[in-house]
Parts: sequence; structure tokens; C-alpha cells
Amino acid sequence: MLHIVNKSATERNSLESALRMVTKGSAVLLIEDAVYAATQGSVAAAKIQSAMADVQIYALGPDLDARGMSSRVLDGVKVVDYSGFVDLVTEHNSCQSWL
Amino acid sequence: MKIGIMVSEGPYNHQASDTAYLFARTAIEKGHSVPRVFFYHDGVNNSTKLTQPPQDDRNVVNRWSKLAEDHGVDLVVCVAAGMRRGITDDILAPGFRISGLGQLVEAGIQCDRLVTFGD
Amino acid sequence: MSDMMDDMEEGGEGVVKKFMFVNRKAPHGTIYALEGLEVVLISAAFDQDVSMVFVDDGVYELIKGVNTKGIEVKDFSKTYRALEGYDIEKLYVEKASMDARGLTQDDLIVDVTVLDSAEMANLMAEQDVVISY
Repeated sequence: MLHIVNKSATERNSLESALRMVTKGSAVLLIEDAVYAATQGSVAAAKIQSAMADVQIYALGPDLDARGMSSRVLDGVKVVDYSGFVDLVTEHNSCQSWL
Repeated sequence: MKIGIMVSEGPYNHQASDTAYLFARTAIEKGHSVPRVFFYHDGVNNSTKLTQPPQDDRNVVNRWSKLAEDHGVDLVVCVAAGMRRGITDDILAPGFRISGLGQLVEAGIQCDRLVTFGD
Repeated sequence: MSDMMDDMEEGGEGVVKKFMFVNRKAPHGTIYALEGLEVVLISAAFDQDVSMVFVDDGVYELIKGVNTKGIEVKDFSKTYRALEGYDIEKLYVEKASMDARGLTQDDLIVDVTVLDSAEMANLMAEQDVVISY
């Protein structure tokens, strides 16, 4: 299953809830304001890092670029473009958007 | 693969419409089909031809219309959510139509994936 | 109706998918809870395997003792009781969300199944379609 998170982790609890409900083998894609969580020094970074033991974390590159955050992405987080976003949706059997 | 989309926020205020559009366009470019985009909640505001963004900004509404024209994407505006927000047939941009919530459930049944974009 | 839609109608007959509606927003502050409920009621007509789950502030949708007179808004909390009549009987609440809000099952207007986070995660993972607000 693909979990899509679009909210800043320092503003809302969407990322936290998504991470509470991931199962092994599922993936989390951070888009829009959620990409800040995948950057060095963010208070959410520790959560992302511990989640990476069980799930792959992805971040949408164009959203990182638009926010000036591309050079700060945490190691282990895979950056994808919209094409990669589409692939993630088709490769997983379902998706849930944590609005 | 058939990918259905739901858009839950209006244009400009939230990034949701932009992300949904770029996702849909890319999916089609990659050879998938996007049979339907369903506009719900404030998402119904994506459908009005009265929208007039500044010249140097993207036109979210026209982009949807073009996607419908070029690729046959069915742009469905929820009737109940639309009526609440003053969206009627006479202000719909090309390619949009007003219909019931059943169209969302149907997209969920008939598409291989349903992706929600909102706030 | 476009050709695309004709394509979509092929093979749609008789398909039963697992639909999950995820409610994570409190009522009244925004319209998501109310309009979300409207989708669930419509989905009943399609004979799908429907579950409704309440996570985070979504559990506030089910609270007893609501009185909306003062804010001049329709009280739709009673509609959750009517779900049974639409054969929508799979209602799940996440325990951690309830605990974090000082709530127990006794505070809720309908009978629900309480799941821990891992159980909720597994239930979500086995769905075909997840619609959330």
C-alpha cells in the first residue's frame, strides 16, 4: 500500500498517523508541504529515519525544488518526479491520502 | 492501468489541484488512462469558467478542460457539493459535467486505482 | 458520454471491492465529515464491501450529546445511527485516537469495533479503494 502525505509534519499530525498505520512493505510518499519532514534538521527527521527500517520513504522532487529543500534531503529517502509518483501508485495495490 | 482521481480542494488556495493535474497529465503521458476526475468538497470550484487568474499565472480550469478535450477525461462535478457552492451548468467550463456522488463510487469500482488529492 | 466512459463500463458489473472511508476530521469546523458521510450513504447503493473508520479527530464525529442549535447548523451526528439501515455496519475506531482524546466507547453514538493501530493498519492494507477526507 502507498501512503501519500501532503501536510507539513510541524503543522499537522498526518505524517505521524500515516507512520502509525504503515505495514511492512508499504511505502510512504511525501508531497507538497510534507516534503519538509524529509530534510536534515527537521524535528520530523527522527521519525522518518526510524520508519525507514520497515518502509521505503519517497519525496516528490518538484515539491522539494519549489521549496528550496532539494539539497537537504535525508539519506535513504528516494526522490521521485511525477513519473515516479505514477509508478508508485501503479506498483502498489492501493493508496491512501492522509489529508 | 485505469487511474481515477478525486480532487477535494478548490484551485489556487491549495496545491491539491496542481498536484492532481500534474499527476493526471503524467499518468496519461506514460500510457495509463485517467477515465474520470471527480471534483468534491471545494474541489467543485475547479469547474467554473468565470475563473480569471492573472496573465502570468497558470489557468487551472483551462488546464482541466484541455485534458478533457485531448484525452477524453470525464470531469465530473458533484451536484450536491456544487449546488452548495453555486456551481451550476451555465458556469461550467468546457469538458466538465455535473453529476451525482455515485460517479465517484463508480470510478472506485471501475478504475484500477483511485487517488485523492486534497488538503 | 465519451468513449472513455464506455471503456470504463466494461466489466464493471458484479464487481465487489473493499471500500474504506477514512474519517480524520472533526465535525463542524470543516465540511469534510458531513460531505464524507454523504459519499458513504451513496456507496450503499453499489453493493460494495464498505468499512468506515474513525481515526485522529474523526472520532469526534461519533460523540454523543451534540447540540448544534447555537451554531445554526444541521446536527448530522444522528445519521451515523442510520448507517445500519443502509447495511453499513463495519465501523471501526482506532484505540490510540480515542485514548488521546479522553474518550471511550461509552461516549460514542453508535456501536463500533475498536482496533489497535496495528489492526487498523492491516485492515487498511487489505482494501481495494481507500477514500479519505
